[in-house]
Amino acid sequence: MLHTILFLIFAVVCVGGAINLLVQKAPIASALSLILVMSSLALIYLLLGAEFVAVVQVIIYAGAIMVLFVFTIMLLNAGQEERLPNAGKAAMLLGIPGLIIGGAAVYWVVTHSSVGGTRVALGQLYGSAPSLGRLLFREFLLPFEVTSVLILIAIMGAVVLARRGEQ
Amino acid sequence: MSVLTFLIVAVVKIIVTVVVLLTVVAYTTLLERKLVARIQNRWGPHRVGPFGLLQPIADGLKFIFKEDVTPPFVNKRLYLLAPVLAFTTAMTTIALVPVGPVIHAFGISTPAQISGVTAANGQATDINAGLLIILGITGLGVYGIALAGWSSNSKYSLLGSLRSSAQMVSYEIALGLSLVGVLLMAGSLSLQDIVRQQTGMWWGWIPKWFLFRGQFVAFFIYLMAAFAETNRIPFDLPEAETELVAGYHTEYSSMKFAMFFMAEYANMVSVACIASVLFLGGWSGWPMPFLPGILQAFLPLFWFAAKVFFFLCLYIWVRGTLPRFRYDQLMAFGWKVLFPLALVNLMATALGIAMGWW
Repeated sequence: MLHTILFLIFAVVCVGGAINLLVQKAPIASALSLILVMSSLALIYLLLGAEFVAVVQVIIYAGAIMVLFVFTIMLLNAGQEERLPNAGKAAMLLGIPGLIIGGAAVYWVVTHSSVGGTRVALGQLYGSAPSLGRLLFREFLLPFEVTSVLILIAIMGAVVLARRGEQ
Repeated sequence: MSVLTFLIVAVVKIIVTVVVLLTVVAYTTLLERKLVARIQNRWGPHRVGPFGLLQPIADGLKFIFKEDVTPPFVNKRLYLLAPVLAFTTAMTTIALVPVGPVIHAFGISTPAQISGVTAANGQATDINAGLLIILGITGLGVYGIALAGWSSNSKYSLLGSLRSSAQMVSYEIALGLSLVGVLLMAGSLSLQDIVRQQTGMWWGWIPKWFLFRGQFVAFFIYLMAAFAETNRIPFDLPEAETELVAGYHTEYSSMKFAMFFMAEYANMVSVACIASVLFLGGWSGWPMPFLPGILQAFLPLFWFAAKVFFFLCLYIWVRGTLPRFRYDQLMAFGWKVLFPLALVNLMATALGIAMGWW
């Protein structure tokens, strides 16, 4: 009961934030709405019992990546967003079918997904730090390590790109 | 415990914690003014009340009655949101800090921690990702300062907030990594567990705090990164008054300025609390068998308060002693000294645990 009420609150905040993100014209307002979306997503993860994922969502997305977004917007002092003429028509043409397909997909997933024959209930997923760590370092050790190599390559690429300007 | 008692206990705990925290914040400002004055061979505030003890109340009244100026050139909504964000994130952290063991009162037993409950076996439990949540809230604290600078629409504020965002993001990494060593040793993210792991003494007088169990380096990395996270001297470049007027809060006045001020001190207190919990054993301390029973019950709280007080005095001492870093020095120090050092400490701790040295 309490779970459902909390879920509804955060879900509404999340969707509202996402809509606000698209509607706002000032980049900083959009960035802040994105932070709101990410924070409420984190709270929904927490409600599901995935506490580690929830906190990582806040630390990495809301706390680190979005700080860089806001930082860049502040540094460039970006003004109002420019809209193309006829953008409204294109949005109508692509958006409405997209919404219908997306809604149908969500409906299908919700009605068909199951864990052990029953539907997924709140708090049923296992996402505590120890169980996630065991999964990462036992079953998925190779993908995990490969991902770290990928990130290392990305970092080196960033350094190379940043250095090119200096020469 | 029924839902109603749970709610009542939670509300009582929240009210007590908020009142105590706000009082501590108010009196830390007095402590700072007094101690810095003594370091500089002055008296400090001493006119309002005995020893100047009513000074924080006078300051608060002054802030409330000051004219609340909103400059015409600011981005109004974000300008109003920024101090609220800064203050909220600063105050929230304390909810996760265990300040004492389980309290037994009126037939109810509950841990001295807002986010904690008593399990069926009488042991205090809290959120199993408590420390990570604290790090997450600290990460969100940047926005208050960043938005304050940007929405003020003034160059000093903007420079101050740009500096602070870069500084806080950089030092957060060293801060987080310095804590991982402790987490490895404790084997848990729950702050209650971490404190429980540190009870007991060697030879009856050396406490088994993580500070004395090979986390020396981590402790100093944490301290330095925490100074930077709370924008205190020697890392107070976001508000360097000799170059930026007052940095990110230049355009703020009255209670809005006071909220930034209180946020800074609340951050100091929570950073001190976390340092006490992780490195100095939280509320554990030397027993004092000569005290009467009623005082014995307050002994854990006393030890916790004493540790926090030590950290606050350290903050003020450093402020009275050290000059400010240059900005490039600050960045180089964070990335080229603290960050590698924290990594080395983490690897050494992991090796030590794998080899069974401690």
